[in-house]
Amino acid sequence: MLLVLLSLALLLAGSALALLLARNPGRAQDAGAYYAVAASLAGLVPAVRVLLTGETETLALPWSVPLGSLSFNLDPLAAFFLVPVFLLTGLAAVYGADYLKGYAGKKPLGLAWAAFNVLTAAMVLVLTAANAVLFMVGWELMAAASFLLVLFEHEREQSRRAAFLYISAGGVGALLLLAAFALLGRSSASLDFALFSAPAGAAASAVFLLGLFGFGLKAGFVPLHVWLPEAHPAAPSQVSAVMSGVMIKTGIYGLIRLLGFLPVWEEWWGWTLLAAGAASCLIGALFSLAQHELKRVLAYSSIENIGIIVMALGLGVVASINGSPVMAGLAFAGALLHVLNHSLFKGLLFMGAGAVLHGAGTAELEALGGLGKRMPRTAAFFLAGAASACALPPFNGFAGEFLIYLGAFKALGQPGPAGLAGVIAGLSLAAAGALAAAAFSRAAGTAFLGEPRTEMAARAHEAGPLMLFSMGALALLCLLSGLAGPFLLLPVGTASAAAFGLPPALAAAASAAQPLAGVAAGFLVLLAMIAFGAVKRKVFLRGKTPAQGLTWDCGYAAPTARMQYGASSFAQPLTDFFQPVLRKIGQYPVITEYFPARASFSREAQAVFYNSVYRPVAVRIRDLAYRFSWIQHGRLQLYILYIVVTLILLLLWKL
Amino acid sequence: MHTLAELIIVFVILLNLALSVTGGLAACIRLVAVQGVVAGILPLLAGDGAPHARTVIFAAAIMLLKGAVFPWLLLRARDRSGAGKDVEPLISYPASVMLCLGAFIASSWLGSRLPLPDTGVAWIVPASLATIFTGFLLITTRSKAITQVLGYLVIENGIYIFGLALFVEQPLMVELAILLDVFVAVFVMGIAIFHISREFDHIDTAELSELSDWRRGEYGK
Repeated sequence: MLLVLLSLALLLAGSALALLLARNPGRAQDAGAYYAVAASLAGLVPAVRVLLTGETETLALPWSVPLGSLSFNLDPLAAFFLVPVFLLTGLAAVYGADYLKGYAGKKPLGLAWAAFNVLTAAMVLVLTAANAVLFMVGWELMAAASFLLVLFEHEREQSRRAAFLYISAGGVGALLLLAAFALLGRSSASLDFALFSAPAGAAASAVFLLGLFGFGLKAGFVPLHVWLPEAHPAAPSQVSAVMSGVMIKTGIYGLIRLLGFLPVWEEWWGWTLLAAGAASCLIGALFSLAQHELKRVLAYSSIENIGIIVMALGLGVVASINGSPVMAGLAFAGALLHVLNHSLFKGLLFMGAGAVLHGAGTAELEALGGLGKRMPRTAAFFLAGAASACALPPFNGFAGEFLIYLGAFKALGQPGPAGLAGVIAGLSLAAAGALAAAAFSRAAGTAFLGEPRTEMAARAHEAGPLMLFSMGALALLCLLSGLAGPFLLLPVGTASAAAFGLPPALAAAASAAQPLAGVAAGFLVLLAMIAFGAVKRKVFLRGKTPAQGLTWDCGYAAPTARMQYGASSFAQPLTDFFQPVLRKIGQYPVITEYFPARASFSREAQAVFYNSVYRPVAVRIRDLAYRFSWIQHGRLQLYILYIVVTLILLLLWKL
Repeated sequence: MHTLAELIIVFVILLNLALSVTGGLAACIRLVAVQGVVAGILPLLAGDGAPHARTVIFAAAIMLLKGAVFPWLLLRARDRSGAGKDVEPLISYPASVMLCLGAFIASSWLGSRLPLPDTGVAWIVPASLATIFTGFLLITTRSKAITQVLGYLVIENGIYIFGLALFVEQPLMVELAILLDVFVAVFVMGIAIFHISREFDHIDTAELSELSDWRRGEYGK
């Protein structure tokens, strides 16, 4: 526990130092990055220790804040979430030291690093707090720090809009959480988690709904996701990696804790989670297929993956209520494992997108192409991340989804609600997986393969050494954690047993070890064969010069880069099929002549949920607010009059 | 002794009425100073025998601050900021005086309803409440920043008298603390008013609504 506090102290010291050194961007960068890395190393030790031993570490100090106490609790569940937090923020800091170099002198880097370290500290606080007041302090600090980072490029209208949307969502979420905590701590002297009374019946359902929406607004599952695809791409890439990789997981962490606070679950909670998760993974995958900007593709993919996790939680709740503990255990373990895996590969992918943005100056898919030749390492790492995101073994995205599939298949033989939940989860997961595979082959293929579509892409350069180091480390982790799936089941089981108090969780996790080991062994053999083939090829080619020639071009003598499959054309069959949902706008050229000359074509993805659900509501609220704008006139005297009148009314009321 | 205290209370009420109709800024500053000094005499009259030395020192310090230091600071702020001679009320003087009277009537009713210990001095609670309301009146219906400082001081006088009504000697320490706050506030306001007037060429707070960020045309589309 002391090491966690040390890491918190290092983070805060790092951000203070970065602010103090703000006049000298280079030194501010160093201070921010070194302290972040040191804090990560210090924090990883206790987190891993707790996960391996399964023992909970606690620390409680008095605090003068009403209802608050400085209570920290590092149980296996918190430790399980802390590991990716420390891993990813440490590597993101290393990456950022290279990535932000170009902004020196143009942007307040001291402030950016301070906000980054505060963001990390806030996440650590949220994950280790054992008191609702302390938790909310961390929660709000997290929102504020990431808000600043979303505003990094505040001269862009889009960034400002994204930041506004983001802070609004954060505010609403925090309000709902306050209500949930107030209900939970109604009858206790302090808001310590340990002292929460267990509500029952309608009160429990109210707490669940408040928490679902409050935490859901942070996690970003459908329909609470509208801020996510705006805010995540707006931040600097290493921050996008942290936000998408671990920050939204604090919402999942909160949901799991909330389920722990409520001893008796209702079945419809599980169905709600399942429905939200299924909708989220399908819609997220589908919309990521329709995006034209690499980072937005990744942001929608985060919605998909959060959906998978939430769906697994729902499946677990339904299964455990209907007396299928093994199925529930598998679902919960799968959800947790996917939390870890998603944070690794999404961090990697966002860093890859950042490298593209850094190297080519744009991340618009239609402007890229041929980057594989110009930035080969980034391309390889991105491909590893994309393979993970598509849940292709032996990469890690596979392992978590495999557990969820196992849980869903266990249900198939069972009658009743558990069986139905299993069918829904399995089908949604399969459909989302197919869509994700399409989305990532489109994104990776358009950006890295083929010929450059623009001058910018043609002049792209490889990322800096620190950026490559971070991406390489994450790519290696993606591969290793995929191959080491069976070994990860122990900590996953420990964490899920700590969260849900289910001894079967361990047994369930153990039962998945054998098939996972089989898959891992199979792919080890495959990897060995590939390596053998590569060596063989090298030996065969020794002393010979392979000839380079054109790819067969269908007999057409003058191909240009514009004749390649583009991002839109690749996805067109699928996006046309889903047009009723996607509602892309744009126009096709209608060809009437034998030798068509100039034609133009445009497709634009829309924020369907925002436009059709949130905007009308927001407009209503704004119009309502304008009705009262006469109150807010800027006249000091009248403001004081309001206060006086309120005071007198209060006095009269109490008289 | 109580007769003298009651006379002072009446005087304080009259000063409230005078403040609500006085148009000259300098006159207002002097009226507030007089009110502060007169209210400062009150603790000396409380109790039966001769007052304690400590009480005398406190009362002297209070009278010095309110009677000499504050008026000096405020007059200086008025001259430096070029505030002009008039208080520029937002409502007419007859309306001000009616409000002040209304506040006094309301205070009388309020004073009879409040569960307070009997002090023996008639009208002390209504007078203190009326003074507080008069302070609010000055703050809300006068346009210049300097009159808001004055209103603040009048409120402080009211609180002072109210404190005396509640406990005869105890609150002197509390009072001293409040006084220190007020002193700092007047000081800061003096500087702030000076700077605001330099930036904006006036200290009319009504015009400061220029700084408001809520503009219908600009914000919404």
